[in-house]
Amino acid sequence: MAFNHKHILGIEQMSAEDITLILDTAESFKDVSLRSIKKVPTLRGKTVINVFFEASTRTRTSFEIAGKRLSADTVNISASTSAVVKGETLEDTAKNLEAMKPDIIVMRHSCSGAPHYLAERCDFSVINAGDGAHEHPSQALLDLLTIRQKKGHIEGLTVAIIGDITHSRVARSNVYALNKLGAEVRLCGPGTMLPPGIERLGAQVFDRIDDAVSGADVVMMLRIQQERQGKTMLPSLREYSMFYGLTPDRMKLAKPDAIVMHPGPMNRGVEISSAVADGPQNVILDQVENGVAVRMALLYLVSGGEKLEDSAQ
Amino acid sequence: MKILITNGRVLDPAHGIDEKFDVLIEDNRIAQVGTDIQTADAEKIDAAGCLVVPGLIDIHVHLRDPGFEYKEDIESGTRAAAAGGFTAVACMPNTSPVNDNKATTQYILHKAAQAGHAKVYPVGAITKGLKGESLAELGDMKQAGCVAVTDDGHPVSHGEIMRRALEYARSFDLPIVSHSEDLSLVGDGVMNDGFVATELGLRGIPWVAEVSAVARDVMLAEYTNARLHVAHVSTRGAVEIIRAAKARGARVTAETAPHYFTLTEDAVRGYDTHAKMNPPLRTSDDLEAIREGLADGTLSVIATDHAPHHPDEKNVEFNLALNGIIGLETALPLTLRLVEEGALSLSDAIACLTSGPAAALSLPGGTLEVGRPADVTIIDPEIKWTLDPQAGQSRSRNTPFGDWKLKGRAICTIVDGRITYRLSD
Ligand SMILES: [Zn+2]
Ligand SMILES: [Zn+2]
Repeated sequence: MAFNHKHILGIEQMSAEDITLILDTAESFKDVSLRSIKKVPTLRGKTVINVFFEASTRTRTSFEIAGKRLSADTVNISASTSAVVKGETLEDTAKNLEAMKPDIIVMRHSCSGAPHYLAERCDFSVINAGDGAHEHPSQALLDLLTIRQKKGHIEGLTVAIIGDITHSRVARSNVYALNKLGAEVRLCGPGTMLPPGIERLGAQVFDRIDDAVSGADVVMMLRIQQERQGKTMLPSLREYSMFYGLTPDRMKLAKPDAIVMHPGPMNRGVEISSAVADGPQNVILDQVENGVAVRMALLYLVSGGEKLEDSAQ
Repeated sequence: MKILITNGRVLDPAHGIDEKFDVLIEDNRIAQVGTDIQTADAEKIDAAGCLVVPGLIDIHVHLRDPGFEYKEDIESGTRAAAAGGFTAVACMPNTSPVNDNKATTQYILHKAAQAGHAKVYPVGAITKGLKGESLAELGDMKQAGCVAVTDDGHPVSHGEIMRRALEYARSFDLPIVSHSEDLSLVGDGVMNDGFVATELGLRGIPWVAEVSAVARDVMLAEYTNARLHVAHVSTRGAVEIIRAAKARGARVTAETAPHYFTLTEDAVRGYDTHAKMNPPLRTSDDLEAIREGLADGTLSVIATDHAPHHPDEKNVEFNLALNGIIGLETALPLTLRLVEEGALSLSDAIACLTSGPAAALSLPGGTLEVGRPADVTIIDPEIKWTLDPQAGQSRSRNTPFGDWKLKGRAICTIVDGRITYRLSD
């Protein structure tokens, strides 16, 4: 099956087949990371620029390692994206990037739709590494890869996603991805963190974490971003942890073999207690490991896939 | 100088006229409306197949002059107005300097008299500097030529200031135009709050931000027995509040803009900044309510909220783009589209562009009565055309209707008996 997406802007545009192909490809790249020489020549001569307008050490490092393991020349650019700072516009940034003749731009931006803006105007491939509160496709794909490894399948599973759904691009991308592969998604958070119509994306909405977790195969906790809550989203983190924090008692309501996920970095004692975070059901480090493989797969597939043989010569 | 317009379908909703008549213009005034008008020395315009209507009036336009002439100025703005069939526009005070004083009002009137493509009625600010803190010199501005006052772009958030503004303006019979919006509910929203915002991951502006503010302003108008005109109504809730207030006899009028009865929040998909405006595009239910409000007269005015911006101000991330679209050259065909779709009678549609706006701000014009200044628009309702934003008369191109297939447009615009626009083919 061929992968015919020039860009990875979101899971919304992907089919179940696309997603499965990415996961299968990632699976085959996992071995590379286990070798003593962790490098294949697949993307030799290709230039990948990571443009991060918003700080994210994890995602950026993961993409950078992925590029390097495929022998691409990877460059990191950080830029400030404050709306009030007058400076280079995104259009100028795009023109400058284009002049550097990259093959792939990996972009993180605080404005939803920014990668789409770039993709419309430039020749290179764009991979969305997180745009505003919209999508974070590579995170959802690594989550799916982790679930598939742990559960053997995705179809028919019940996945509870708990936390600040309003501001979470991870949640949106996961809802799309899990739906497309036949899982049932539950979303839970306080009313201030459940945006209007979210159920229409394909999820059941729960007010109480106990109900959301009951019988779940997967419990995915979202990071509470304290800087985003302002004064109006939550009375206090203390209260949040009381009503929405994942504790060992609450985990008992899930299926006995349920797994616990978190996109990181965790606020221990807020959305997740240390007992759960360090407990046997957590797969958080598997997620990180799978992140590199998934990002290798994305870089490989958007750069044409079939060129594998050329570059190996 | 005389002009004789022959064979047209004369539509003057203010007087219930809808007949095949000739119209004679003499000495800048409507001299005669009737059949078989004979005159020797008049310039003849054959309006066969066309509508001959009172000059269209747009009471909500941002001419950006003084201060933002790179977006639009009085000359280019009135040229766009004439090309859209408008013979008069009322211009909002959020210029630089703000039109909160007689000198700025006089500057606008002076420049408009020179540009001359359309009549310009300045609208002054309610509060000094649009700051919402203290009343501007409303009486002085009225005397200088302002036809209404508004802090458009900024709601008057403080209840008492709005109350005092209404009471004070009442003494001068000056309508207050309210930009009704509760900013504390708008927050950092950039589009309508709802499913589309959720899907796109954009911050939402809830409909209640408009409705609660309209409710306050309407109640204050009733309390003070003052004249209130509600600008750019975009929600079902606001239509319902205005309808009820009018039924109680409140001195309230209201407008909507073509984009609110033509587009919904779906236009934002793809992060199209040409669909970013304030108030934001709403849902299909709101669109339906706006159409009902126009049909039953709750909304008696179609105004464009013509808001020109430079391409650099729109060619950015959605969050950072400025609000607003141009509208002078698309309002008429989009209104006729409403007629074509059966949502509004042709006569009511023309009324919303002529007698309705004239009544809301007590402007001269809006009718073809004999003796009135000869402001006339001739419309070919059948002409089919494709909107090319680059070909527009406005200095700006920020329209979401680029490449739209439109039907009907003004072919001749006459201001005080002078032809200010003629469609060349
Ligand atoms: Zn306004
Ligand atoms: Zn306005």
